[in-house]
Amino acid sequence: MNRRIINLLIIISIVMLVILIDFPFLNEFKSELFKRELIPILGLDLRGGMQVILQAPEGYNIDPDSLQVAAKILENRSNALGVSEVVFQVTGERYIVGEFPGLKNTEEVIKVIKQTGLLELVDVGTDFIQPDTVIQTDYQNPKIEDEELPKLSTPNPQKNETQPFNPTTTSPEKEKIYHTVLTGTAIKAVAIEPPTQPGAGYSIRFTLTDEGAKIFSDFTRDNIGKMLAIVLDKKVISSPVIRAHIDSGEGVITGQYPNVFTYEEANNLRVTLYYGSLPVSLEIAESRLIGPTLGQISLQKSLMAGVIGLIIVSLFMIIYYRVPGFVAIISIAIFGLITFAIFLIIPVTLTLPGIAGLMLSIGSALDANILQFERFKEEIRRGRTLIQAVDLGWKRAWTSIRDSNLATIITSIILFWFGSTFGATIVKGFALTLALGVAVSLFTALFVTRTILGLIIKPLEKSNRSFWFGISE
Amino acid sequence: MLNILSKRYVFFTLSFLLILPGLILIFINGLPLSIDFIGGSIVEVELAKKSLLSSDEIINIYNKLDIPDSQVQISETSDSNIYIIRSSSLDQEKYNQLIFTLRNQYDPDLIERRYDTVGPSISQSVTNRAAVAVGIAALAVIVYVTFAFRGIPHAFRYGVCVIIAMMHDILIVISLGAIGAKLFGWQMDSLYLTALLTVIGFSTQDKIVVFDRIRENSPILRNIAFEKLVNHSIIQSLQRSINTQLMTVEYLLLSLALFGGVTLREMAIILLVGLLSGTYSSIFIAAPILVVWENKEWKNWFRIGKTSQT
Repeated sequence: MNRRIINLLIIISIVMLVILIDFPFLNEFKSELFKRELIPILGLDLRGGMQVILQAPEGYNIDPDSLQVAAKILENRSNALGVSEVVFQVTGERYIVGEFPGLKNTEEVIKVIKQTGLLELVDVGTDFIQPDTVIQTDYQNPKIEDEELPKLSTPNPQKNETQPFNPTTTSPEKEKIYHTVLTGTAIKAVAIEPPTQPGAGYSIRFTLTDEGAKIFSDFTRDNIGKMLAIVLDKKVISSPVIRAHIDSGEGVITGQYPNVFTYEEANNLRVTLYYGSLPVSLEIAESRLIGPTLGQISLQKSLMAGVIGLIIVSLFMIIYYRVPGFVAIISIAIFGLITFAIFLIIPVTLTLPGIAGLMLSIGSALDANILQFERFKEEIRRGRTLIQAVDLGWKRAWTSIRDSNLATIITSIILFWFGSTFGATIVKGFALTLALGVAVSLFTALFVTRTILGLIIKPLEKSNRSFWFGISE
Repeated sequence: MLNILSKRYVFFTLSFLLILPGLILIFINGLPLSIDFIGGSIVEVELAKKSLLSSDEIINIYNKLDIPDSQVQISETSDSNIYIIRSSSLDQEKYNQLIFTLRNQYDPDLIERRYDTVGPSISQSVTNRAAVAVGIAALAVIVYVTFAFRGIPHAFRYGVCVIIAMMHDILIVISLGAIGAKLFGWQMDSLYLTALLTVIGFSTQDKIVVFDRIRENSPILRNIAFEKLVNHSIIQSLQRSINTQLMTVEYLLLSLALFGGVTLREMAIILLVGLLSGTYSSIFIAAPILVVWENKEWKNWFRIGKTSQT
């Protein structure tokens, strides 16, 4: 008896704590404590937006750090270009998942991702190369690395197979490998300059680091009259002729007529140069765009469905189990409050599959109650007193609740691992809410239903059992 | 007392007949896998009815953009048509061109509902990972159940029976998917995979609850035949099985199927059937197989025909 009161006090304090977390009380204190606002985070499928999975090319060993760096650079670029709330996350060995909530225009995404942003100043000697031509340089060139390290098995089947059959398709410019004098990493500062005359387009002025400035100075001194191509992602932007020895460490990138820069193009290039080039080249392996209206409708309708389902279930529990059924509803309500608080604290991003996982864990919590009540009834039919029946019913139901729920948690953990390794947020979200929900349902089954039922059942010992408990005598 | 186990071969045959049609469909048509598993693109757009866009016109636009294998599915709402277009991979630039063309020529107020593109290498790894994950989960369940039932004889059998009955439920869901593909154009996508994994989790949970009763009764009813013990345990937990399954889980999912968004409807139907199968197979597949195993009935299968009894 005494123990029940203590348990009840513990339950009440937990409920009060989670109510404080769930509802908007003490917002400032909570923001301070958790360093963010405690509001539910909705996944892209519920609020609309775009998800892209970027993949580093197959066949190379990707350094995990360089993927992290790439994700950070992409995030900086997106923010600088005004695409808001973007998240880029590394998943698995060669994937980066980018999420753009609320985004409608897919072109912006391409702009952010497509440019690897590798700027090179290339020694082309006296070969004039048309703007937009793709050239080969000796910087980070896998083909050259191949020759230097012949034992390294870097598969490049295309090269081996296609070249003997089609030697004419590659132009001479492409085959020649030029020397890269400097790359974008030697750049210290960038600024945009407005057109100097009408129709000239914007230009970008860059300042080199001390080391870069020295190389640049030596090179321009020795190569007056020759050309130094400015190449972005292996594509020639312009090929200015070196007219004098430059020792200031400054240079200007201007588009070559008719490909002059608009303000936007110049700004994109500035952002790309400023935040640096991606350490790995990435391609879009998967992209998903969910219209915002579809997401909102799904959310409303599934919430509605959940409420209707819960009302039907509550009615059933009360009509079938009477007093215990009522206790079960309180227990499920507490389950809901605790689960929601955990979702806010972790925080769990709610997606449609996540809601499905949550609903299944509600089913699991209900099952735990039903198991106890069926055993409770059995014990009463065997002639136990109500109080004895509550405790015995719980004890007999407990082994099945424990083992079945633990098996579900084990399965969820394996699914979560499966979802994390390749970026299937769907499976991950489902497994996470299911595992958390089942864990909380273990707690409410262990603690809440038994305690409350034990407390309110005392005065009913002499009552009409068929009315209060739905048991035919 | 109700004797469920005496009719065990009837239930085995029933399950076999339920699974068979789907398996035949898969044998003929292959698995109706979506782009999530084989790669490709899916575009969903909503246009006003008055735009009068036909599926042939869409396929024409796709052909002009040089995107092969396009297929169009149209679903109608009161004042608009929703076009679901599946094709081989469609990159961002071509997607933008497509939307531009549709806006210009048919409906400037077109709503982009969905655009998914999955590359073949990603989809390959999804499929492999899923198979590995289910395999590992099954092994983990066998180990866990064997451990949890270590107090009674042949604990290992319980774990294996959980997994056999779980595979029964997987087959039911796959069969349903194949029939749904034939009748309503369903595809097995990542939501389908999620539903399948849910069924697996639930199925395991339910079987452990039913087996728990056998575990509890084993030491008490040591002197009666195993078949009677199992039958007795099933009957005892029957009320709970019915209440949990029909009244709670199915109600939640039924409301999801009836009132939930379109995205969730297909998933809810699969869950509805799969979870029902999960409860059914605990009583009519998993427990009977325990008895078949205990009696080593396979020795008699080819000697005295199908209805062997103790």
